[in-house]
Amino acid sequence: MVINMIIPKIFMGYKRENGRVGVRNHVVILPVDDISNACAEAIANNIKGTMAIPHSYGRLQFGKDLELFFKTIIGTGKNPNVAAVIVVGIEPKWTKKVVDEVAKTGKPVEGFSIEGLGDITTTMKASKKAQEFVQWASEKQRQECPLSDLWISVKCGESDTTSGLASNPAVGDLMDKLEPHGVHLCFGETSEITGAELVCAERAKDEKVKKKFLDTWNSYNNFILENKTNDLSESQPTAGNIKGGLTTIEEKAFGNLQKIGKKVKYIDVLEPAEEPKNGGGLYFMDTSSAAAECVTLQAAAGFTVHLFPTGQGNIIGNPIEPVIKLTANPKTASTMSEHIDLDVSKILKKEMNLSEAGDALIATTIKTANGRITCAEALGHKEFVITKLYRSA
Amino acid sequence: MSNTDIIIHNDKDNVGVVVIDSTKKNQEYSCWIMESDKTARIQSINNIPLGHKIALKDFKEGETILKYGHDIGKVVASIKKGDHVHVHNVKTKKW
Repeated sequence: MVINMIIPKIFMGYKRENGRVGVRNHVVILPVDDISNACAEAIANNIKGTMAIPHSYGRLQFGKDLELFFKTIIGTGKNPNVAAVIVVGIEPKWTKKVVDEVAKTGKPVEGFSIEGLGDITTTMKASKKAQEFVQWASEKQRQECPLSDLWISVKCGESDTTSGLASNPAVGDLMDKLEPHGVHLCFGETSEITGAELVCAERAKDEKVKKKFLDTWNSYNNFILENKTNDLSESQPTAGNIKGGLTTIEEKAFGNLQKIGKKVKYIDVLEPAEEPKNGGGLYFMDTSSAAAECVTLQAAAGFTVHLFPTGQGNIIGNPIEPVIKLTANPKTASTMSEHIDLDVSKILKKEMNLSEAGDALIATTIKTANGRITCAEALGHKEFVITKLYRSA
Repeated sequence: MSNTDIIIHNDKDNVGVVVIDSTKKNQEYSCWIMESDKTARIQSINNIPLGHKIALKDFKEGETILKYGHDIGKVVASIKKGDHVHVHNVKTKKW
């Protein structure tokens, strides 16, 4: 007989000025563009306890691609896992644009632009402010917060057939159990729903959301059909997926969809990096299925804890959103144990049932939210990858 | 506790997933159907590694593979019951 765990009603988080709750207390040095990375890293090197988030873009982008770029950078600064932000850009105008948007959260933020000063003077000025911010942030204490303050995103990677059998359904079980508590939940991976899109469409809360999902999926699939040069084998599914026994995108998609459980309906379809506005519940976000791109977009939308089931052993992390990894592949659990926060491989031997795995994942999630560092954090995984929609001008 | 060598997601499925290190040629294995909690037995006619699929019936070219109770692709080379089902004999219908 299975006795289900009593779900904890609270966790210990950092209450932010805008009412959101963070599970980490980062002070980030955020470059606006690729050429400001060196300065951002110099500042982070000067001031211990701060973290630079270097990236490859931010110059000469335009149109929707530029909008998504700003949404991603600004959203990263606004995420409640971030206590304070130093923004560094080459030009003052776009630097100020990021500062002004992040400032709307009420958190400390200050911008520095390099043109006319050079890296060294900018680094000196920004380092003084960064020191002030990090010492201020270090005084913040965790407080009891209701479970409804948790924002959990999910995405799987290097999946194999064990993902669809056990680790993804464990995430689904967590969703079925936490959604009634008003937790924000988010899944994405538009391309990786291909084959299961009609089943996924039925999980929308109403006809309007269903249409929004199908329009989003069709648009992504048309883009793939226009650009593909073969059946995408070794890209989607990846060579690792195939090695793990996954044969087609359809098989991968049905496995993927196990992550949203059996009961929960999604209440809205979000654009990439779009902040959900309809309260607690499950959201679908239009994202690529590449792990770092997807998690970066979900973190920019404000999600604070990430659940990442893997089969063959994807090792991803994120700079600001802790990434919890679980696997049901017994080989991966033993050969790559330093990357695995939760091993649910006992499900395959019928020594653990799905509900027990879901409970174990809830316990791991709350521990992580309370401050326990994940494998990816301990190993220094900070993959931050901006989704680029097309070439720059 | 019964031994499970192969897991089948759904009663409608015509493939199962090997969850032991590998099946061996011409040995019989026990299957667990997750959805209905039923069991079955099948003879493997190949060595099939962990995570890979075994055919639960004979397939002709053009037939559909069902897993999770759903269509996951088309058979492109005939498959014997108990043989390995993968990229060499099944392709996507989507891309």
